Amino acid sequence: MARIGVFVCHCGTNIAGVVDVARVAEAARGWPDVVFATDYKFMCSDPGQALVKDTIVRENLDRVVVAACSPRMHEPTFRKACAMAGLNPFLFEMANIREHCSWVHEDREEATRKAIDLTRAAVAKARLLEPLQSRTVPVTQKVLVVGGGVAGIQAALDMANAGLKVVMVERRQSIGGRMAQLDKTFPTLDCSACILTPKMVQVAQHPNITLHTYSEVEQVRGFVGNFSVTIRRKARFVREDVCTACGVCIEKCPKKVDSEFEEGLGKRKAIYRDFPQAVPGRPVIDREHCTYFQNGKCRICEKFCEPGAIFWDDQDALIEEQVGAIVVATGYDLLEPDRLRPWGYGRYPDVMTGIEFERINNATGPTGGRIVCKDGREPQAVAILHCIGSRDRNHRHYCSRVCCMYALKFAHLIREKTTATVYNFYIDMRAFGKGYEEFYDRLLHEGVKFIRGKAACVTDEAMTPEEQGRLVVVAEATTLGEVIRVPVDMVILASAITPQRDAPEVARRFGMGLSPDQFFLEKHPKLEPFGTATDGVFLAGACQSPKDIPDTVAHAAAAASTAMSLVFRGIVEVEAQTAEVDAEACSGCKVCQDACPYGAISFLADRKVAEVNGGLCKGCGTCVATCPSGAIRGKGFTDAQVLSQIDALFA
Amino acid sequence: MAEGKLQLAMYWAASCGGCDVAVLDVNEKILDIAAAADIRLWPIAMDFKYHDVEGWQDGEIDVCLFNGAVRNSEQAYLARLLRRKSRVMVAFGACASFGGIPGLANLHDRESIFQAVYGYTASTHNPEGTRPQTRLEVPEGTLTLPDFFDDVFALHQVVPVEYFVPGCPPTPKTIMTAIEAIVTGNLPPPGSVVGASTQSVCEECQREKSEKPVVAEYHRPQEVRVDPKRCLLEQGLTCMGSATRGGCGALCPAVNMPCRGCYGPMPRSLDMGADALAAMTTILEAADEETARNKTGRLADPLGTFYRFTLPVSMLRRAPKGPAVHS
Repeated sequence: MARIGVFVCHCGTNIAGVVDVARVAEAARGWPDVVFATDYKFMCSDPGQALVKDTIVRENLDRVVVAACSPRMHEPTFRKACAMAGLNPFLFEMANIREHCSWVHEDREEATRKAIDLTRAAVAKARLLEPLQSRTVPVTQKVLVVGGGVAGIQAALDMANAGLKVVMVERRQSIGGRMAQLDKTFPTLDCSACILTPKMVQVAQHPNITLHTYSEVEQVRGFVGNFSVTIRRKARFVREDVCTACGVCIEKCPKKVDSEFEEGLGKRKAIYRDFPQAVPGRPVIDREHCTYFQNGKCRICEKFCEPGAIFWDDQDALIEEQVGAIVVATGYDLLEPDRLRPWGYGRYPDVMTGIEFERINNATGPTGGRIVCKDGREPQAVAILHCIGSRDRNHRHYCSRVCCMYALKFAHLIREKTTATVYNFYIDMRAFGKGYEEFYDRLLHEGVKFIRGKAACVTDEAMTPEEQGRLVVVAEATTLGEVIRVPVDMVILASAITPQRDAPEVARRFGMGLSPDQFFLEKHPKLEPFGTATDGVFLAGACQSPKDIPDTVAHAAAAASTAMSLVFRGIVEVEAQTAEVDAEACSGCKVCQDACPYGAISFLADRKVAEVNGGLCKGCGTCVATCPSGAIRGKGFTDAQVLSQIDALFA
Repeated sequence: MAEGKLQLAMYWAASCGGCDVAVLDVNEKILDIAAAADIRLWPIAMDFKYHDVEGWQDGEIDVCLFNGAVRNSEQAYLARLLRRKSRVMVAFGACASFGGIPGLANLHDRESIFQAVYGYTASTHNPEGTRPQTRLEVPEGTLTLPDFFDDVFALHQVVPVEYFVPGCPPTPKTIMTAIEAIVTGNLPPPGSVVGASTQSVCEECQREKSEKPVVAEYHRPQEVRVDPKRCLLEQGLTCMGSATRGGCGALCPAVNMPCRGCYGPMPRSLDMGADALAAMTTILEAADEETARNKTGRLADPLGTFYRFTLPVSMLRRAPKGPAVHS
């Protein structure tokens, strides 16, 4: 026989305004095993909690039901109150008569009846509750940072400077990410590389940071505080302990390949580093394009390498790292080029994306920083088209957040270097950051032409003599209320920032969710924009949503500090309401492994049964519902408990 | 058991006869059964009349193996009668245990079944619209027919049942295990399944499973070339093995046919069809809801696949119609 206490909350007038709470308590008094029932103004207040605690002791309660708000709100509060009164906190059950009842109903009589039903169901479940034990596990004192852009660099340095060991993984040859490709940064117009490269060097030299570039995270196992990570370090065919990064091999390599760093506008060699200031500076051989790998001849790099660092037998290496937390800073990509065709991209050589213009404008870029058309002449007019693919239901619904400002920056730089007329075709000018509006204001006075209207298309079909041989931007100028045609020589597309193409796969690997826009899903949009669905995995930078550099740095620092507070605490409490497999009933069909969104289920090959890792399990119940043998039990949500709840609702 | 030979009765109700044939399938072991038991009733093999059974004393029969579902009033009468005469009632085979294949008729009621059968099927010629009557007065006397129920019932939904022997039909091994348990009195608590496993068909199946089963699309067996080694479910066949009680030795998967689920639900199952559906849809590859909907929408005959043998005992119960058969 259970001894159940029922506490019905008024929540001020939130509940009591619609539900007759006294009647709910009175009804509860008549149910089997209920030895005490009362209502109270605010159950979550100190006196409310004291009422629960005192009653547990006085009435010798062994189950507690609070009928109040959502368990997401105050379940931890009342569990704690139970524990303080010496009752196992999992012998507590909550009936949600606010969100599920008073807030969504108006009829007092019907709402009261529903509240009684919900409370009776909670009591029915409470009878069958079993005590559960929370566990704590130690936290590995090391953090993995995935991605070596400015977000990853910031997070890694913050943590390493605090004395924490950091492992950084970057898939390209060099760290630096997108920011390294940029020429100047808005609105201050300081040189991007000048502020970034010192930080890159710090990462490489930091005694607390282990850097794996040209590497990828292949597998993540374990759980918060105790992740086990497999990193694939791609074969680079250059001995890192021998290479002096002199660069002679690069100079001598006869094979030229489109440079990813230069967005295909420039060439690199088959043995290469991403850019001159690359960190690390030691090159790698691109096996796909290397002449020796392709047809067995050449080896010129080897001939010229004085220290003898070329190493043809190099192979991918799998590195195992144990870490307590993970910061995912995998950055962003740009809208698929196919989608840019209406604006002439891929059809006309002088239509380019923003990131391509960054390289053209850069002194180390393919044109040495000269703003010129493909045929080498300086443009007389340049159009910058905002919102290409952003704020567009045909492509991406969201605002990419940085385009307005870099468009202004481009306009300024073009005016600085050329005599060209610059047109900005925009929908709304979004200048929300510190110093941004001022920068916009400055540009308004620099003679840049602003046309309020999104460019519909770019064409080379001339309708007038002055359009002949030029690119024509067609747009509706909304301030004029008419369609205009503007002939120019160069078009820059502010194409949408998108998630990395492999974001869904990466999300699965790290146990993260995806937003509808396919960026990684944060734990809470306001209060935990750097957390994820998996405890111990944090987000930094534009992999969560488009961000400019200051926001990225702030986000990364927040992720780092949250990761640090987890790791430095040294222990972590793991979920008690987990799933467990009854090995006797399990037939080893493996269906549950695919069902688990947290990768918490493994298959014990020797015993041919599934096993749930209690540290990884969040108690979501998916495997419980999936198991065709009924061999998995959700602690705190057993079949018997849930069915008793349903029966009570229909009683 | 009582002294002397075991008093055994076997009866068939809404059944195809396969269960009775399966008893003969034990081959020469039938002699062991005959040596240990007096077979008092076995309509498929011996003639008998109702009054023979009605004349027995209550509890005179030690064990009654009852196969077939209960579909009409005659079967219900015999079920009740044999229940009274037998100390142990065994639901023998999938139909008696779960309703079986005849139970799929529970998608329809009597009226719609009669409309089809005596009305519009391709082979029906019934211009006068004659329907079977339960009673007809003719000069020679009164003719009667059993009453056709709205629903098909598993045996335990009509009379209390001590044991269940699953299978369509039960395999010889299952039958011998069950009969040995009965003869030796080495029986589990009433309500148990005897002669079968407590684990699923997968446990007995020799096919290879990958680490994480994922299915791109489900097919019917005739639509694909089956790899003889790999797990059938992973090959996109709607194999019920993972949701089905083992004990059959995974006979069907061994010959490239997906398990049909005839040994019924797993011991802790609440609803066998839901179990299988949950498992199969979980491993179905679908990036978004629409794809998932399309792919599941293409599943051939989902109800007949997932509830092939268990519709009458599933949670998918429509409001009961027709005469109450519980006495």
